[in-house]
Amino acid sequence: MVNQRMQQIIADAQPMGWVLEPFAKELLAHSELTIPTGILTDSLDTARTFLAGAAHPVVIKAVSADIVHKTEMQAVVTGIQDPEVLASHMQRLLALKGCDQVLVEEMVSGIEILVGAKNDSQFGPVVVLGPGGTGVELYNDTAIRLAPVTPADVCSMVDTLGAKPVFEGFRGRPGVNIEALTQMVVTFSHLLMELEPWFESIDLNPVICTLDQCVVADARIMLLKK
Amino acid sequence: MDVSCLFRPSSMAVIGVSTAHDSHPANVIYNKNHLRYPVQTFAVNPKGGRLNRELLYRSVADIEMPVDLAVIAVRSRFVPDVVAQCIAKGIKGAVIISGGFAESGNKDLQDQVADMAAGADFPFVGPNCLGIYAPDAVDTFFLPGERIIHPKKGNIGFVSQSGGVLVDQMVKFAGEGIGVSAAVSIGNKACLRETHLIDWFEQDLGTRVIAFYIEGFDCREGREFIQRAQACSKPIVVLKAGKTTTGIAAASSHTASMAGDYRVFSQVMQQHCVAEADTEYELTSFCEALSCYPKGIFGNVGIVSVSGGHGVVAADACGHHGLHIPKIAAATADTILARLSPEIQQIVALDNPVDLTGSCVDADILTSVRHLSRDQNIDCILALLLPYSPGISADIGAKLSQVARNEGKPLIAYVPKEDKYKIITEGFELNRIPVASSVEGAVLMAKALKRCRPW
Repeated sequence: MVNQRMQQIIADAQPMGWVLEPFAKELLAHSELTIPTGILTDSLDTARTFLAGAAHPVVIKAVSADIVHKTEMQAVVTGIQDPEVLASHMQRLLALKGCDQVLVEEMVSGIEILVGAKNDSQFGPVVVLGPGGTGVELYNDTAIRLAPVTPADVCSMVDTLGAKPVFEGFRGRPGVNIEALTQMVVTFSHLLMELEPWFESIDLNPVICTLDQCVVADARIMLLKK
Repeated sequence: MDVSCLFRPSSMAVIGVSTAHDSHPANVIYNKNHLRYPVQTFAVNPKGGRLNRELLYRSVADIEMPVDLAVIAVRSRFVPDVVAQCIAKGIKGAVIISGGFAESGNKDLQDQVADMAAGADFPFVGPNCLGIYAPDAVDTFFLPGERIIHPKKGNIGFVSQSGGVLVDQMVKFAGEGIGVSAAVSIGNKACLRETHLIDWFEQDLGTRVIAFYIEGFDCREGREFIQRAQACSKPIVVLKAGKTTTGIAAASSHTASMAGDYRVFSQVMQQHCVAEADTEYELTSFCEALSCYPKGIFGNVGIVSVSGGHGVVAADACGHHGLHIPKIAAATADTILARLSPEIQQIVALDNPVDLTGSCVDADILTSVRHLSRDQNIDCILALLLPYSPGISADIGAKLSQVARNEGKPLIAYVPKEDKYKIITEGFELNRIPVASSVEGAVLMAKALKRCRPW
C-alpha cells in the first residue's frame, strides 16, 4: 500500500525528477525494507552525538538535489570513528553544491548487492539483481525478472549470476542470508507494482547483505517525467 | 472475439480485384483461392464486369450468399468505407492487405478503421500485411503460388510482424519438413495482435507449438503477452529482432542502463518458459523439438554416437548451449556393456558421450538408448546416427522410436540429410521423434526442451 506519507515523498520529489536518498529510504522503510540507523542533520553537534552513541563506525553522505551520483562527487565518507574527522568531512560536504544537510548513518558491512528496478515500456516493472557497488555497469552481471517475483524467481536469479559463489560464501568469506535476500526482493517487487504510476527506475545499491540480514545502504528513485 | 472465420472461411470476398492488372495483389489472392482452395471466392470491384468469365461484384452487398471473410486490397483511403460495407453485409472478419496506415504516418486513418471494427465486433488482421496462410483452407498472401514455398500442413502456428520474414521462415520450415497449422502476418496489428493469436492457436487442435517473430511490443503489451503465454498450455517460441540497446540518458540509474530493452525481453521470456530462439535456424529446431516434446527438462543430456568425433562435437555444442553432459551411473554402464555385441565390448567407450564405434549394430544402439533412458542422471538423449556404418539398418529409425516411446524420455536423432537415408528419418518422424540434419541442430532441439523445468 502506498500510504499518504509515501505519496507525499513522491509528490515533493516530482519537480526534481528523483527522490533524495533519505526520503527514498524512508519510503522503503514504510514497505518493511531494512535501512540503516541514521539521522539527517546540518548540525555538527547532532552528528557528534550520533557518532558517540553509534555501535559501529559511521558513514556521512551529502544530500543534494544537484548530486545524483555521489561517488563521482566524493560526496560519501565511510568508516568515520573520530569526532574530528567527522567535523572536517561534514564541513566539506556541507560546502558542496546544493547540500544543506548530511545523512549520518551507522555503517553496515557485508556483501554489496544491487537490487534495482526499471519501469519497462513494454513489460512494466521489472526487478534486477546482481553484485553491487560502484562497478556494476563494468561487470553487468545481472538477472532481470518481471515483477512481482516469487521466492523461486529470486533463487533462479541468483543461480544465473556469475557472482553466485560470492552470494554463497566465496573462499572462506561468509555469504548472504538467501532467505533474507529472497524476502527482501519479493517485498521490493511488490512495492514496484504499487509505485508503477510514478517510478522510472530504482537503484538500491548497495544493499549490504550478511548472514543475518539485508540492509539498504543507498537508494535512489528516479521518477517518470510527468 | 471469434476469429475462426479468418482461418476456416467457407466463403470469401476479395475486394479490389483489378480488371486491368493481372498481378494486382487482389487478383493473385482471388485466383489462388478461387482455383485451389475449398473456399467459395467472390471478386469485388466497383466497376463490375467480368474477370476470366467470372462475375465481378460491384460491392459486397451484391453478393447473394453469406460471406465469412473479406480480403481488402484497396487504397488505404477507401478502406473505412469498404470495412463499413463488410460490416453492413454481415461479413464476419477481414484481412486488410492495404498499406498506407500507421507505417506511413496515417495513424488516424488506422484508428478510424480499428474503432469501427471494434464497435461492430469485426475482427481483422492487418493492415499492411500478407494475412493468413492456412493449409487446405485459405491463403491470403498476395504472392503467386508458383513463386512461394508452402510448408506442408502441420502443427506449428506461426505469427510474424513482418510478411517478408514469414515467407522466408516458411521456406525454412518446408526445408526441414516442418508443417504449419497456419501462418499469420499481422502487419500493423491494429486489431488482432499476438495475444489474440495465442488464444486462437491454443484452442486449435491442429496446433502444437506457437511461434512468433517479434520486432517490438507496444506500451505494456509485453506484460499482456507474458500473461497469456503463461496461461497457455502449448509451448511458445519467439524470435526477436531489434536487439541493440537503446540509448539511456546519462543521468538515469545504473539499473536502467543495465536493463536495456532486449535484456528485459529476453530474461522475462525465459522467466515464463517462452523459448527464445537466437536465429531463424534455432526457431526451426525449437519448433520441431517442442512439437514432439512439450514438457520441460533439466538439460542433462546423454549422447549415443557411432563415431567418437561426433560425440565430442555434440558434447561441445551442449556445453556452449548450457546443457550438461552428466556422468552415466556405473550400474547403467555395466548393464549396457553386458548386453552389447561381443565384437564391440572391448572397444566401446561407455562414458558420456557413449561411443559405440562404427562396428556396432542396431541392437547395440537400441540397448544403449534403452538403458540410458532409465538412468536417473539423464533426462534427454541424443542419438547421432551415421548410416554409413554397415551394421546400421534402414529400420533403425522406426525401431529406436519404439524404444523411446516405451521408455518415455525425450529422444532426438541426428541423421545426415540425404535422400538415401530418408527411410530412417521417416521412421523417426512418423513416430513423432524429432530428427535434426546436423549435430548442432540436434543440440538446439535439446536446448528448446530446457525452456522450462519438467513440472
